[in-house]
Amino acid sequence: MDHGEKRLMDKSQETLFVRLIPFFERYGILLLILIMIAVLHLLQPDVFLSWRNVTNIFKQVSWQSMLALGVFMVIVTAGIDLSVGSIIMLSLMGLAIASKAGMPWYVVMLVAPAIGFLCGMFNGIGITLLRMPHPFIMTLGTLYIFRGIGNLISGGVPITGFAEQIRVIGNGKIKLDVFFGEGAREYIPTSLILMIVIFFIFWVFLNHTRIGKWIYAIGGNPGAARAAGINVDRILIVVYTLCGFLAGIGGLILAGRTNSAYPNAGLQSELDAIAAVIIGGASFFGGRGTVLGVFAGVMIMGILRNGLNLMNVSVFWQQVLIGSIIILAVYIDVLRRQLATRT
Amino acid sequence: MSDNLVLEAKSVSKFFGTITALQNVDLHLNKGEVLGVVGDNGAGKSTLMKVLSGLYKPSEGSLFFDKEKVTLNSPRDSQNLGLEMVYQDLALAGNLPIGDNIFLGREPTRKVGPFNFLDHKKRKQLTEEHLAKLKINVKSADQKVEELSGGQRQAVAIARATAFNAKIVLMDEPTAALAVKEVGKVLDLILNLKKLGVSVIVISHRMDDIFTVCDRVMALFQGTNFAESELKNTSRDEVIGWIMGKKD
Repeated sequence: MDHGEKRLMDKSQETLFVRLIPFFERYGILLLILIMIAVLHLLQPDVFLSWRNVTNIFKQVSWQSMLALGVFMVIVTAGIDLSVGSIIMLSLMGLAIASKAGMPWYVVMLVAPAIGFLCGMFNGIGITLLRMPHPFIMTLGTLYIFRGIGNLISGGVPITGFAEQIRVIGNGKIKLDVFFGEGAREYIPTSLILMIVIFFIFWVFLNHTRIGKWIYAIGGNPGAARAAGINVDRILIVVYTLCGFLAGIGGLILAGRTNSAYPNAGLQSELDAIAAVIIGGASFFGGRGTVLGVFAGVMIMGILRNGLNLMNVSVFWQQVLIGSIIILAVYIDVLRRQLATRT
Repeated sequence: MSDNLVLEAKSVSKFFGTITALQNVDLHLNKGEVLGVVGDNGAGKSTLMKVLSGLYKPSEGSLFFDKEKVTLNSPRDSQNLGLEMVYQDLALAGNLPIGDNIFLGREPTRKVGPFNFLDHKKRKQLTEEHLAKLKINVKSADQKVEELSGGQRQAVAIARATAFNAKIVLMDEPTAALAVKEVGKVLDLILNLKKLGVSVIVISHRMDDIFTVCDRVMALFQGTNFAESELKNTSRDEVIGWIMGKKD
Protein backbone atom coordinates (compact mmCIF):
# COMPACT_ATOMS: atom_id res chain seq x y z
CA MET A 1 0.00 0.00 0.00
CA ASP A 2 1.52 3.31 -0.94
CA HIS A 3 1.57 6.23 1.37
CA GLY A 4 -1.10 8.33 -0.28
CA GLU A 5 -3.62 5.50 -0.31
CA LYS A 6 -3.07 4.79 3.37
CA ARG A 7 -3.61 8.40 4.28
CA LEU A 8 -6.83 8.45 2.30
CA MET A 9 -8.14 5.44 4.18
CA ASP A 10 -7.31 6.93 7.59
CA LYS A 11 -9.15 10.02 6.58
CA SER A 12 -12.34 8.20 5.59
CA GLN A 13 -12.32 6.16 8.80
CA GLU A 14 -11.89 9.28 10.82
CA THR A 15 -14.72 11.12 9.12
CA LEU A 16 -17.06 8.17 9.70
CA PHE A 17 -16.13 8.21 13.39
CA VAL A 18 -16.44 11.98 13.59
CA ARG A 19 -19.77 11.75 11.81
CA LEU A 20 -21.10 9.42 14.48
CA ILE A 21 -20.23 11.85 17.27
CA PRO A 22 -23.06 14.33 16.64
CA PHE A 23 -25.46 11.39 16.35
CA PHE A 24 -24.51 10.14 19.80
CA GLU A 25 -24.39 13.67 21.08
CA ARG A 26 -28.00 14.09 20.10
CA TYR A 27 -29.56 10.70 20.69
CA GLY A 28 -27.11 8.77 22.86
CA ILE A 29 -28.68 10.14 26.01
CA LEU A 30 -32.17 8.97 25.02
CA LEU A 31 -30.67 5.58 24.33
CA LEU A 32 -29.27 5.58 27.85
CA ILE A 33 -32.70 6.34 29.31
CA LEU A 34 -34.30 3.52 27.33
CA ILE A 35 -31.63 1.11 28.59
CA MET A 36 -32.19 2.24 32.18
CA ILE A 37 -35.95 1.80 31.82
CA ALA A 38 -35.51 -1.65 30.28
CA VAL A 39 -33.11 -2.82 33.00
CA LEU A 40 -35.27 -1.49 35.84
CA HIS A 41 -38.37 -3.02 34.27
CA LEU A 42 -36.64 -6.39 34.16
CA LEU A 43 -35.50 -6.06 37.76
CA GLN A 44 -38.84 -4.75 39.10
CA PRO A 45 -41.45 -5.90 36.56
CA ASP A 46 -44.48 -5.23 38.78
CA VAL A 47 -43.51 -1.91 40.26
CA PHE A 48 -41.21 0.18 38.09
CA LEU A 49 -43.46 0.86 35.11
CA SER A 50 -46.64 1.03 37.17
CA TRP A 51 -48.70 4.18 36.75
CA ARG A 52 -48.18 5.08 40.37
CA ASN A 53 -44.40 4.83 40.20
CA VAL A 54 -44.01 6.65 36.88
CA THR A 55 -46.16 9.58 38.00
CA ASN A 56 -44.18 9.62 41.22
CA ILE A 57 -40.94 10.03 39.27
CA PHE A 58 -42.42 12.91 37.28
CA LYS A 59 -43.75 14.64 40.39
CA GLN A 60 -40.33 14.32 42.00
CA VAL A 61 -38.39 15.69 39.02
CA SER A 62 -40.85 18.48 38.16
CA TRP A 63 -39.49 21.02 40.65
CA GLN A 64 -35.89 19.86 40.21
CA SER A 65 -36.22 20.21 36.46
CA MET A 66 -37.01 23.94 36.85
CA LEU A 67 -33.68 24.45 38.60
CA ALA A 68 -31.86 22.37 36.00
CA LEU A 69 -33.39 24.33 33.11
CA GLY A 70 -32.34 27.65 34.62
CA VAL A 71 -28.86 26.47 35.50
CA PHE A 72 -28.57 25.05 31.99
CA MET A 73 -29.02 28.47 30.39
CA VAL A 74 -26.45 29.90 32.76
CA ILE A 75 -23.99 27.11 31.94
CA VAL A 76 -24.51 27.70 28.21
CA THR A 77 -23.10 31.20 28.77
CA ALA A 78 -20.09 29.51 30.45
CA GLY A 79 -21.35 30.74 33.83
CA ILE A 80 -22.66 28.99 36.92
CA ASP A 81 -25.46 29.62 39.40
CA LEU A 82 -24.92 28.06 42.82
CA SER A 83 -27.74 29.99 44.44
CA VAL A 84 -30.79 28.28 42.88
CA GLY A 85 -31.26 25.92 45.84
CA SER A 86 -31.41 28.95 48.12
CA ILE A 87 -33.68 30.84 45.73
CA ILE A 88 -36.17 27.97 45.81
CA MET A 89 -36.13 28.05 49.62
CA LEU A 90 -36.47 31.84 49.83
CA SER A 91 -39.32 31.93 47.30
CA LEU A 92 -41.03 29.09 49.14
CA MET A 93 -40.71 30.97 52.45
CA GLY A 94 -41.97 34.18 50.85
CA LEU A 95 -44.96 32.28 49.47
CA ALA A 96 -45.66 30.73 52.89
CA ILE A 97 -45.52 34.08 54.65
CA ALA A 98 -47.80 35.68 52.09
CA SER A 99 -50.17 32.75 52.54
CA LYS A 100 -50.07 32.99 56.33
CA ALA A 101 -50.72 36.74 56.10
CA GLY A 102 -54.02 35.85 54.48
CA MET A 103 -53.32 37.20 51.01
CA PRO A 104 -55.62 35.86 48.26
CA TRP A 105 -54.31 32.72 46.53
CA TYR A 106 -53.61 34.43 43.20
CA VAL A 107 -51.27 36.90 44.93
CA VAL A 108 -49.61 34.10 46.89
CA MET A 109 -49.08 32.24 43.65
CA LEU A 110 -47.19 35.18 42.12
CA VAL A 111 -44.96 35.69 45.15
CA ALA A 112 -42.63 32.73 44.54
CA PRO A 113 -41.82 33.45 40.86
CA ALA A 114 -41.49 37.16 41.66
CA ILE A 115 -38.97 36.53 44.45
CA GLY A 116 -37.07 34.15 42.16
CA PHE A 117 -37.06 36.78 39.44
CA LEU A 118 -35.62 39.43 41.75
CA CYS A 119 -33.01 37.08 43.23
CA GLY A 120 -31.87 36.09 39.73
CA MET A 121 -31.71 39.71 38.64
CA PHE A 122 -29.61 40.49 41.70
CA ASN A 123 -27.17 37.73 40.65
CA GLY A 124 -27.06 39.01 37.09
CA ILE A 125 -26.44 42.61 38.11
CA GLY A 126 -23.69 41.54 40.51
CA ILE A 127 -21.94 39.49 37.84
CA THR A 128 -22.07 42.18 35.17
CA LEU A 129 -22.28 45.67 36.65
CA LEU A 130 -20.29 44.96 39.82
CA ARG A 131 -17.69 43.19 37.67
CA MET A 132 -17.40 40.15 39.92
CA PRO A 133 -14.50 38.11 38.57
CA HIS A 134 -16.60 34.95 38.15
CA PRO A 135 -20.29 34.00 38.55
CA PHE A 136 -19.15 31.28 40.94
CA ILE A 137 -18.21 33.90 43.53
CA MET A 138 -21.32 36.04 43.20
CA THR A 139 -23.70 33.09 43.38
CA LEU A 140 -21.73 31.43 46.16
CA GLY A 141 -22.32 34.61 48.12
CA THR A 142 -26.02 34.70 47.33
CA LEU A 143 -26.30 30.98 48.14
CA TYR A 144 -25.70 32.00 51.76
CA ILE A 145 -27.51 35.35 51.56
CA PHE A 146 -30.80 34.03 50.11
CA ARG A 147 -31.07 31.09 52.51
CA GLY A 148 -30.17 33.39 55.38
CA ILE A 149 -32.92 35.82 54.41
CA GLY A 150 -35.33 32.90 54.06
CA ASN A 151 -34.59 31.85 57.63
CA LEU A 152 -34.76 35.44 58.90
CA ILE A 153 -38.23 36.07 57.51
CA SER A 154 -39.59 32.70 58.66
CA GLY A 155 -37.77 32.54 61.98
CA GLY A 156 -36.18 29.29 60.84
CA VAL A 157 -39.28 27.20 61.42
CA PRO A 158 -41.49 25.38 58.90
CA ILE A 159 -44.76 26.98 57.81
CA THR A 160 -47.46 24.59 56.62
CA GLY A 161 -50.86 24.64 55.01
CA PHE A 162 -51.55 26.41 51.72
CA ALA A 163 -54.69 27.16 49.72
CA GLU A 164 -55.98 24.42 47.44
CA GLN A 165 -55.29 26.56 44.36
CA ILE A 166 -51.58 26.62 45.31
CA ARG A 167 -51.42 22.92 46.08
CA VAL A 168 -52.91 21.93 42.74
CA ILE A 169 -49.79 23.09 40.87
CA GLY A 170 -47.46 20.67 42.58
CA ASN A 171 -49.89 18.00 43.63
CA GLY A 172 -52.86 18.21 41.27
CA LYS A 173 -54.12 15.23 39.31
CA ILE A 174 -55.73 15.30 35.91
CA LYS A 175 -58.09 12.31 35.96
CA LEU A 176 -58.11 10.06 32.95
CA ASP A 177 -61.59 8.65 33.42
CA VAL A 178 -62.24 9.26 29.74
CA PHE A 179 -59.62 6.67 28.79
CA PHE A 180 -59.74 4.29 31.72
CA GLY A 181 -63.42 4.38 32.69
CA GLU A 182 -65.27 5.97 35.58
CA GLY A 183 -63.36 6.09 38.89
CA ALA A 184 -60.05 4.97 37.36
CA ARG A 185 -56.94 5.52 39.44
CA GLU A 186 -54.79 6.55 36.49
CA TYR A 187 -54.01 10.26 36.28
CA ILE A 188 -51.49 12.77 34.93
CA PRO A 189 -49.83 15.06 37.48
CA THR A 190 -50.46 18.78 36.86
CA SER A 191 -46.78 19.43 37.53
CA LEU A 192 -45.84 17.18 34.60
CA ILE A 193 -47.97 19.28 32.24
CA LEU A 194 -46.45 22.46 33.65
CA MET A 195 -42.95 21.03 33.22
CA ILE A 196 -43.59 20.07 29.59
CA VAL A 197 -45.08 23.48 28.78
CA ILE A 198 -42.17 25.37 30.36
CA PHE A 199 -39.56 23.18 28.70
CA PHE A 200 -41.27 23.75 25.36
CA ILE A 201 -41.35 27.53 25.86
CA PHE A 202 -37.64 27.59 26.72
CA TRP A 203 -36.82 25.31 23.82
CA VAL A 204 -38.45 27.84 21.51
CA PHE A 205 -36.70 30.69 23.30
CA LEU A 206 -33.22 29.17 23.00
CA ASN A 207 -33.54 27.81 19.45
CA HIS A 208 -35.83 30.20 17.65
CA THR A 209 -35.16 33.68 19.00
CA ARG A 210 -32.26 36.05 18.54
CA ILE A 211 -31.60 36.29 22.28
CA GLY A 212 -31.47 32.49 22.45
CA LYS A 213 -28.89 32.45 19.66
CA TRP A 214 -26.89 35.16 21.41
CA ILE A 215 -26.86 33.13 24.64
CA TYR A 216 -25.11 30.33 22.76
CA ALA A 217 -22.80 32.83 21.02
CA ILE A 218 -21.74 34.32 24.36
CA GLY A 219 -20.89 30.84 25.61
CA GLY A 220 -18.90 30.12 22.45
CA ASN A 221 -16.92 33.36 22.31
CA PRO A 222 -17.97 36.43 24.30
CA GLY A 223 -15.51 38.53 22.31
CA ALA A 224 -17.22 37.55 19.05
CA ALA A 225 -20.60 38.39 20.56
CA ARG A 226 -19.35 41.83 21.57
CA ALA A 227 -17.79 42.42 18.16
CA ALA A 228 -21.18 41.55 16.64
CA GLY A 229 -22.71 44.42 18.59
CA ILE A 230 -24.45 42.21 21.17
CA ASN A 231 -24.82 43.77 24.61
CA VAL A 232 -23.33 40.82 26.49
CA ASP A 233 -23.97 42.23 29.97
CA ARG A 234 -27.65 42.75 29.23
CA ILE A 235 -28.06 39.21 27.91
CA LEU A 236 -26.30 37.81 30.98
CA ILE A 237 -28.66 39.72 33.28
CA VAL A 238 -31.61 38.26 31.32
CA VAL A 239 -30.16 34.74 31.68
CA TYR A 240 -29.57 34.92 35.45
CA THR A 241 -32.96 36.58 35.97
CA LEU A 242 -34.71 33.78 34.05
CA CYS A 243 -32.73 31.23 36.03
CA GLY A 244 -33.96 32.76 39.28
CA PHE A 245 -37.50 33.00 37.91
CA LEU A 246 -37.47 29.27 37.09
CA ALA A 247 -36.20 28.51 40.59
CA GLY A 248 -39.18 30.55 41.86
CA ILE A 249 -41.52 28.39 39.76
CA GLY A 250 -39.76 25.39 41.30
CA GLY A 251 -40.58 26.85 44.71
CA LEU A 252 -44.22 27.13 43.72
CA ILE A 253 -44.34 23.49 42.59
CA LEU A 254 -42.57 22.36 45.75
CA ALA A 255 -45.06 24.32 47.89
CA GLY A 256 -47.90 22.37 46.31
CA ARG A 257 -46.12 19.07 46.61
CA THR A 258 -45.12 19.30 50.25
CA ASN A 259 -47.83 21.71 51.49
CA SER A 260 -45.16 23.32 53.62
CA ALA A 261 -42.19 25.66 53.55
CA TYR A 262 -39.24 24.34 55.52
CA PRO A 263 -35.74 25.68 56.22
CA ASN A 264 -33.96 22.83 54.44
CA ALA A 265 -36.01 23.07 51.24
CA GLY A 266 -33.83 22.85 48.17
CA LEU A 267 -30.70 22.21 50.21
CA GLN A 268 -27.95 21.10 47.80
CA SER A 269 -30.46 20.95 44.97
CA GLU A 270 -28.23 23.39 43.03
CA LEU A 271 -25.71 20.55 42.82
CA ASP A 272 -28.37 18.13 41.56
CA ALA A 273 -29.32 20.72 38.95
CA ILE A 274 -25.73 21.14 37.77
CA ALA A 275 -25.35 17.35 37.70
CA ALA A 276 -28.47 16.93 35.57
CA VAL A 277 -27.27 19.59 33.13
CA ILE A 278 -23.84 18.01 32.79
CA ILE A 279 -25.24 14.47 32.45
CA GLY A 280 -27.60 15.89 29.82
CA GLY A 281 -24.63 16.68 27.62
CA ALA A 282 -24.17 20.40 28.15
CA SER A 283 -20.56 21.50 28.17
CA PHE A 284 -19.37 23.15 31.35
CA PHE A 285 -17.19 25.35 29.13
CA GLY A 286 -20.29 26.94 27.64
CA GLY A 287 -21.95 27.19 24.24
CA ARG A 288 -23.05 23.58 24.05
CA GLY A 289 -26.13 21.65 25.13
CA THR A 290 -29.81 21.25 24.39
CA VAL A 291 -33.08 21.65 26.27
CA LEU A 292 -33.94 18.05 25.40
CA GLY A 293 -30.60 17.04 26.93
CA VAL A 294 -31.48 18.81 30.16
CA PHE A 295 -34.81 17.00 30.26
CA ALA A 296 -32.97 13.73 29.71
CA GLY A 297 -30.41 14.58 32.38
CA VAL A 298 -33.17 15.33 34.87
CA MET A 299 -34.94 12.09 33.97
CA ILE A 300 -31.76 10.05 34.34
CA MET A 301 -31.20 11.44 37.82
CA GLY A 302 -34.86 10.85 38.71
CA ILE A 303 -35.05 7.32 37.28
CA LEU A 304 -31.74 6.38 38.87
CA ARG A 305 -32.80 7.56 42.33
CA ASN A 306 -36.23 5.95 41.98
CA GLY A 307 -34.84 2.68 40.67
CA LEU A 308 -32.21 2.46 43.38
CA ASN A 309 -34.84 3.17 46.01
CA LEU A 310 -37.05 0.41 44.62
CA MET A 311 -34.07 -1.94 44.76
CA ASN A 312 -33.44 -0.91 48.38
CA VAL A 313 -29.98 0.36 47.49
CA SER A 314 -28.66 2.57 50.27
CA VAL A 315 -28.55 6.33 49.84
CA PHE A 316 -24.79 6.15 50.24
CA TRP A 317 -24.44 3.94 47.18
CA GLN A 318 -26.77 6.26 45.29
CA GLN A 319 -24.38 9.13 45.98
CA VAL A 320 -21.43 7.10 44.73
CA LEU A 321 -23.30 6.13 41.55
CA ILE A 322 -24.54 9.63 40.71
CA GLY A 323 -21.07 11.03 41.29
CA SER A 324 -19.57 8.43 38.98
CA ILE A 325 -22.07 9.22 36.25
CA ILE A 326 -21.20 12.94 36.41
CA ILE A 327 -17.50 12.21 36.02
CA LEU A 328 -18.17 9.81 33.17
CA ALA A 329 -20.40 12.32 31.38
CA VAL A 330 -17.78 15.07 31.64
CA TYR A 331 -15.03 12.71 30.52
CA ILE A 332 -17.06 11.95 27.39
CA ASP A 333 -17.32 15.71 26.83
CA VAL A 334 -13.54 16.04 27.15
CA LEU A 335 -12.97 13.25 24.62
CA ARG A 336 -15.47 14.81 22.25
CA ARG A 337 -13.74 18.17 22.39
CA GLN A 338 -10.38 16.56 21.74
CA LEU A 339 -11.76 14.84 18.66
CA ALA A 340 -13.43 18.00 17.42
CA THR A 341 -10.28 20.11 17.65
CA ARG A 342 -8.08 17.42 16.12
CA THR A 343 -9.83 17.40 12.77
CA MET B 1 -7.16 62.54 -7.57
CA SER B 2 -9.68 60.19 -9.13
CA ASP B 3 -13.45 60.46 -8.82
CA ASN B 4 -13.62 56.99 -7.35
CA LEU B 5 -12.38 58.03 -3.94
CA VAL B 6 -14.26 56.09 -1.23
CA LEU B 7 -12.09 56.72 1.79
CA GLU B 8 -9.56 59.35 2.65
CA ALA B 9 -7.56 60.24 5.76
CA LYS B 10 -5.91 63.66 5.79
CA SER B 11 -2.90 64.38 8.05
CA VAL B 12 -4.12 62.06 10.79
CA SER B 13 -2.12 62.07 14.01
CA LYS B 14 -2.66 59.91 17.06
CA PHE B 15 -0.92 60.48 20.37
CA PHE B 16 -1.01 58.20 23.39
CA GLY B 17 0.31 60.42 26.17
CA THR B 18 3.83 61.33 25.13
CA ILE B 19 3.99 58.60 22.48
CA THR B 20 3.30 59.59 18.90
CA ALA B 21 1.76 56.60 17.14
CA LEU B 22 0.83 58.46 13.93
CA GLN B 23 2.10 61.80 12.66
CA ASN B 24 0.32 63.59 9.78
CA VAL B 25 -0.51 60.38 7.95
CA ASP B 26 -2.42 60.57 4.66
CA LEU B 27 -4.24 57.65 3.10
CA HIS B 28 -6.67 57.34 0.23
CA LEU B 29 -8.56 54.41 -1.21
CA ASN B 30 -10.44 54.11 -4.50
CA LYS B 31 -13.47 52.02 -5.36
CA GLY B 32 -12.51 48.42 -6.08
CA GLU B 33 -8.92 49.04 -5.18
CA VAL B 34 -6.75 46.83 -3.00
CA LEU B 35 -4.30 48.87 -0.98
CA GLY B 36 -1.44 47.16 0.86
CA VAL B 37 -0.16 48.79 4.00
CA VAL B 38 3.30 47.68 5.08
CA GLY B 39 5.63 48.67 7.85
CA ASP B 40 7.70 47.27 10.67
CA ASN B 41 6.18 46.41 14.04
CA GLY B 42 5.22 49.65 15.73
CA ALA B 43 5.14 51.61 12.47
CA GLY B 44 1.51 52.53 13.18
CA LYS B 45 -0.37 50.22 10.77
CA SER B 46 -2.77 48.81 13.32
CA THR B 47 -3.31 52.21 14.93
CA LEU B 48 -4.18 53.64 11.52
CA MET B 49 -6.69 50.83 10.91
CA LYS B 50 -8.27 51.43 14.32
CA VAL B 51 -8.61 55.13 13.51
CA LEU B 52 -10.25 54.29 10.17
CA SER B 53 -12.69 51.85 11.81
CA GLY B 54 -13.64 54.29 14.55
CA LEU B 55 -12.14 52.33 17.44
CA TYR B 56 -9.69 55.19 18.10
CA LYS B 57 -10.44 58.86 17.63
CA PRO B 58 -7.66 60.67 15.77
CA SER B 59 -5.89 63.32 17.88
CA GLU B 60 -5.58 65.50 14.79
CA GLY B 61 -6.65 65.28 11.16
CA SER B 62 -9.87 64.23 9.50
CA LEU B 63 -11.56 61.33 7.75
CA PHE B 64 -13.65 61.43 4.60
CA PHE B 65 -16.07 58.73 3.47
CA ASP B 66 -17.25 59.24 -0.11
CA LYS B 67 -15.63 62.68 0.05
CA GLU B 68 -17.73 63.69 3.03
CA LYS B 69 -16.06 64.58 6.26
CA VAL B 70 -17.12 62.28 9.09
CA THR B 71 -16.49 61.87 12.80
CA LEU B 72 -16.49 58.28 14.00
CA ASN B 73 -17.42 57.64 17.61
CA SER B 74 -17.40 53.85 17.48
CA PRO B 75 -16.92 50.97 15.03
CA ARG B 76 -20.72 50.99 14.69
CA ASP B 77 -20.47 54.38 12.96
CA SER B 78 -17.97 53.12 10.38
CA GLN B 79 -20.07 49.99 9.82
CA ASN B 80 -23.05 52.19 9.04
CA LEU B 81 -20.89 53.95 6.44
CA GLY B 82 -20.07 50.60 4.84
CA LEU B 83 -16.67 49.89 6.39
CA GLU B 84 -16.06 46.53 8.02
CA MET B 85 -13.00 45.28 9.84
CA VAL B 86 -11.87 41.66 9.80
CA TYR B 87 -10.29 41.13 13.18
CA GLN B 88 -6.97 39.36 13.54
CA ASP B 89 -8.43 37.05 16.19
CA LEU B 90 -11.36 36.50 13.76
CA ALA B 91 -14.13 37.12 16.35
CA LEU B 92 -16.12 34.00 15.51
CA ALA B 93 -18.06 31.73 17.85
CA GLY B 94 -16.70 28.23 17.18
CA ASN B 95 -19.74 26.48 18.63
CA LEU B 96 -22.08 28.07 16.09
CA PRO B 97 -22.56 27.14 12.43
CA ILE B 98 -21.13 29.25 9.61
CA GLY B 99 -24.45 30.92 8.83
CA ASP B 100 -25.08 31.86 12.45
CA ASN B 101 -21.65 33.46 12.62
CA ILE B 102 -22.09 35.44 9.43
CA PHE B 103 -25.40 36.85 10.64
CA LEU B 104 -24.59 37.06 14.37
CA GLY B 105 -26.27 40.14 15.82
CA ARG B 106 -28.11 40.78 12.53
CA GLU B 107 -30.13 37.59 12.20
CA PRO B 108 -33.00 37.53 9.73
CA THR B 109 -36.28 37.08 11.59
CA ARG B 110 -39.93 36.59 10.78
CA LYS B 111 -42.91 37.82 12.74
CA VAL B 112 -45.37 35.33 14.22
CA GLY B 113 -48.05 37.30 16.00
CA PRO B 114 -46.32 39.71 18.37
CA PHE B 115 -43.10 37.65 18.44
CA ASN B 116 -40.00 37.75 16.28
CA PHE B 117 -38.59 34.31 15.54
CA LEU B 118 -35.38 33.43 13.76
CA ASP B 119 -35.92 32.70 10.09
CA HIS B 120 -33.67 29.65 9.79
CA LYS B 121 -34.60 29.03 6.18
CA LYS B 122 -33.84 32.55 5.07
CA ARG B 123 -30.54 32.63 6.97
CA LYS B 124 -29.46 29.39 5.33
CA GLN B 125 -30.46 30.64 1.91
CA LEU B 126 -28.71 34.01 2.34
CA THR B 127 -25.62 32.25 3.68
CA GLU B 128 -25.43 29.89 0.72
CA GLU B 129 -25.94 32.74 -1.75
CA HIS B 130 -23.30 34.87 -0.09
CA LEU B 131 -20.75 32.05 0.10
CA ALA B 132 -21.39 31.24 -3.54
CA LYS B 133 -20.96 34.88 -4.51
CA LEU B 134 -17.57 34.96 -2.80
CA LYS B 135 -16.74 31.48 -4.18
CA ILE B 136 -16.12 30.12 -0.68
CA ASN B 137 -16.28 26.34 -0.63
CA VAL B 138 -17.48 24.62 2.52
CA LYS B 139 -19.27 21.32 3.00
CA SER B 140 -22.38 22.96 4.34
CA ALA B 141 -23.53 26.30 5.70
CA ASP B 142 -24.54 24.39 8.83
CA GLN B 143 -21.00 23.29 9.61
CA LYS B 144 -19.73 24.54 12.93
CA VAL B 145 -16.89 27.04 12.66
CA GLU B 146 -14.71 25.04 15.09
CA GLU B 147 -14.70 22.21 12.55
CA LEU B 148 -13.17 24.45 9.88
CA SER B 149 -9.54 24.95 8.96
CA GLY B 150 -7.78 28.24 9.66
CA GLY B 151 -8.22 29.37 6.07
CA GLN B 152 -11.91 28.52 6.03
CA ARG B 153 -12.36 30.43 9.28
CA GLN B 154 -10.64 33.43 7.73
CA ALA B 155 -13.00 33.09 4.77
CA VAL B 156 -16.02 33.01 7.11
CA ALA B 157 -14.71 36.11 8.90
CA ILE B 158 -14.40 37.88 5.55
CA ALA B 159 -17.84 36.63 4.51
CA ARG B 160 -19.21 38.01 7.77
CA ALA B 161 -17.60 41.38 7.11
CA THR B 162 -19.07 41.60 3.62
CA ALA B 163 -22.52 40.09 4.20
CA PHE B 164 -24.17 43.49 4.46
CA ASN B 165 -22.83 45.10 1.31
CA ALA B 166 -19.69 46.53 2.82
CA LYS B 167 -17.94 48.98 0.48
CA ILE B 168 -14.64 48.92 2.34
CA VAL B 169 -13.03 45.99 4.15
CA LEU B 170 -10.00 46.33 6.39
CA MET B 171 -7.92 43.21 6.96
CA ASP B 172 -5.19 42.96 9.54
CA GLU B 173 -2.71 40.21 8.59
CA PRO B 174 -5.34 37.98 6.94
CA THR B 175 -2.84 35.23 6.13
CA ALA B 176 -0.59 35.37 9.18
CA ALA B 177 -1.97 32.30 10.95
CA LEU B 178 -2.59 30.15 7.89
CA ALA B 179 -1.05 27.02 6.47
CA VAL B 180 0.79 27.70 3.20
CA LYS B 181 -1.77 25.89 1.06
CA GLU B 182 -4.60 27.99 2.51
CA VAL B 183 -3.00 31.37 1.90
CA GLY B 184 -3.82 31.19 -1.80
CA LYS B 185 -7.53 30.68 -1.13
CA VAL B 186 -7.73 33.75 1.07
CA LEU B 187 -5.84 35.82 -1.52
CA ASP B 188 -8.26 34.61 -4.20
CA LEU B 189 -11.08 35.72 -1.95
CA ILE B 190 -9.60 39.22 -1.71
CA LEU B 191 -9.34 39.37 -5.51
CA ASN B 192 -12.99 38.27 -5.67
CA LEU B 193 -14.01 41.13 -3.41
CA LYS B 194 -12.16 43.50 -5.71
CA LYS B 195 -14.08 42.13 -8.69
CA LEU B 196 -17.31 42.76 -6.80
CA GLY B 197 -16.30 46.41 -6.46
CA VAL B 198 -15.31 46.26 -2.80
CA SER B 199 -12.30 48.32 -1.73
CA VAL B 200 -9.85 46.50 0.51
CA ILE B 201 -7.01 47.59 2.75
CA VAL B 202 -4.66 44.74 3.61
CA ILE B 203 -2.02 44.93 6.29
CA SER B 204 0.57 42.27 5.68
CA HIS B 205 4.16 41.37 6.35
CA ARG B 206 4.22 38.91 3.50
CA MET B 207 5.49 40.30 0.22
CA ASP B 208 3.78 37.43 -1.60
CA ASP B 209 0.41 38.68 -0.34
CA ILE B 210 1.13 42.26 -1.28
CA PHE B 211 2.38 41.42 -4.75
CA THR B 212 -0.48 38.99 -5.46
CA VAL B 213 -3.50 41.09 -4.54
CA CYS B 214 -2.59 44.76 -4.22
CA ASP B 215 -2.92 47.55 -6.76
CA ARG B 216 -0.96 49.97 -4.69
CA VAL B 217 1.26 49.75 -1.66
CA MET B 218 2.06 52.32 1.00
CA ALA B 219 4.68 52.06 3.70
CA LEU B 220 4.56 53.57 7.15
CA PHE B 221 7.75 54.17 9.08
CA GLN B 222 7.76 55.33 12.69
CA GLY B 223 4.23 56.64 12.41
CA THR B 224 4.67 58.65 9.22
CA ASN B 225 4.03 58.20 5.50
CA PHE B 226 7.31 56.87 4.19
CA ALA B 227 6.71 55.78 0.62
CA GLU B 228 3.89 54.87 -1.74
CA SER B 229 3.68 53.45 -5.21
CA GLU B 230 1.50 51.70 -7.75
CA LEU B 231 2.46 48.08 -7.52
CA LYS B 232 3.61 47.90 -11.10
CA ASN B 233 6.18 50.63 -10.47
CA THR B 234 7.95 48.96 -7.60
CA SER B 235 9.64 45.72 -6.61
CA ARG B 236 9.75 43.43 -3.64
CA ASP B 237 13.24 44.53 -2.72
CA GLU B 238 12.23 48.16 -2.79
CA VAL B 239 9.18 47.55 -0.57
CA ILE B 240 11.27 45.51 1.88
CA GLY B 241 13.68 48.43 1.96
CA TRP B 242 10.81 50.80 2.82
CA ILE B 243 9.79 48.60 5.73
CA MET B 244 13.33 48.93 7.09
CA GLY B 245 13.34 52.67 6.47
CA LYS B 246 15.60 52.70 3.42
CA LYS B 247 14.84 54.72 0.32
CA ASP B 248 17.00 55.41 -2.72
